[in-house]
Amino acid sequence: MATAHAQMETKWWSGGKSPFNVEYGKLMMWYFLMSDAFTFGAFLISYGTIRFSQNYWPDPNQVFNAFPLAGHANLPLAFVSLMTFILIVSSVTMVLAVHAGHKNDKQGVIKWMIWTVIGGIAFLACQAWEWTHLITGDHLALINGEVKELGTTVTMNPWGPAANVTGHEGHHVSTPGPVAFGGYFFGITGFHGFHVLSGVVINIVMLIMAINGTFERKGHYWMIEKAGLYWHFVDLVWVFVFLCFYLI
Amino acid sequence: MEHSVQEITFHHEPGGDEVVKKIIKTTVLLSVITVIELGLGLLMYAVPMAGALTLFLKGVIVILSLAKAFYIVGVFMHLGDELKNLIMTIVLPLLLFIWFIAAFLYEGNSWKNLRNTYNGAPEVTAPAAPHAEGKH
Repeated sequence: MATAHAQMETKWWSGGKSPFNVEYGKLMMWYFLMSDAFTFGAFLISYGTIRFSQNYWPDPNQVFNAFPLAGHANLPLAFVSLMTFILIVSSVTMVLAVHAGHKNDKQGVIKWMIWTVIGGIAFLACQAWEWTHLITGDHLALINGEVKELGTTVTMNPWGPAANVTGHEGHHVSTPGPVAFGGYFFGITGFHGFHVLSGVVINIVMLIMAINGTFERKGHYWMIEKAGLYWHFVDLVWVFVFLCFYLI
Repeated sequence: MEHSVQEITFHHEPGGDEVVKKIIKTTVLLSVITVIELGLGLLMYAVPMAGALTLFLKGVIVILSLAKAFYIVGVFMHLGDELKNLIMTIVLPLLLFIWFIAAFLYEGNSWKNLRNTYNGAPEVTAPAAPHAEGKH
């Protein structure tokens, strides 16, 4: 291709041109995302440190085994898989919106941005359900010789090692687990969820601007590209949150 | 955009169906990797196995997640299409993570060993009293 050849021959640092061949906003979005990666990395590494410092850590397959409307069925990781797929799909619709933007296809951008916004809202709704289920869920834990019903919060964790007693009707009773479990889970998934929320807001703004023809008048859809970078980053972070909290 | 100094930039070719094909291919790949990860996660739950094997499977899952990250950044975020210098200014600082992860996990493990050594053997069945305080 002619452009590829021109790129090879260009002396990028001789002045008069952008040495990285991207506009300012996009470059700064990349550097923001890099710094945000360090923020999330610091949170996840802190979680790893505390987890490594404990003799016991809850098994995610036991904690995350519920599915909406499925009652008490034991479905480990099913719901979080659904959330993961929702986020992957909304990432794909975002790429398609960016691709439509490259072709200055206004209707395509609008269509795919609507799907991306719907995906983001669906993910947030799933997270709201999961949090509610964890906080309000009652699990039997043995505390000071008494069997009590506990939810998972930042101060309580009923997912400790098994206790030597049996609850009524043979329900499983455990001792309290490390409190840090809830703190890190709600802290990190909450920080990620806040990113999703702000991403949805940004995408809605982009959608309105696209519908109003702002980008059409500008002659390019670079803003969609920058919003897309942010949205993909949210998906990227979820890969690691999913890995650290649910899989290993 | 209104640049006071005229800059030269080469815009990427818009591309056509082959771009969409690549996107679909990557989507399928990400989904397949996720399914494999879930399968391994459930395998560890369903089948009792030795600690070393669990650790090995967890390592495999970590590598698969890194592959997913590579495809999201390279294809969806188009970082692979940028100039090499730009890629390097973003990727090289992230190498610091290698040291962060190694150092902090080692620290956590050492903390556990010291506590077990000097505070006595772990009493995993003993209830931890502060949890009874309830909600704030």
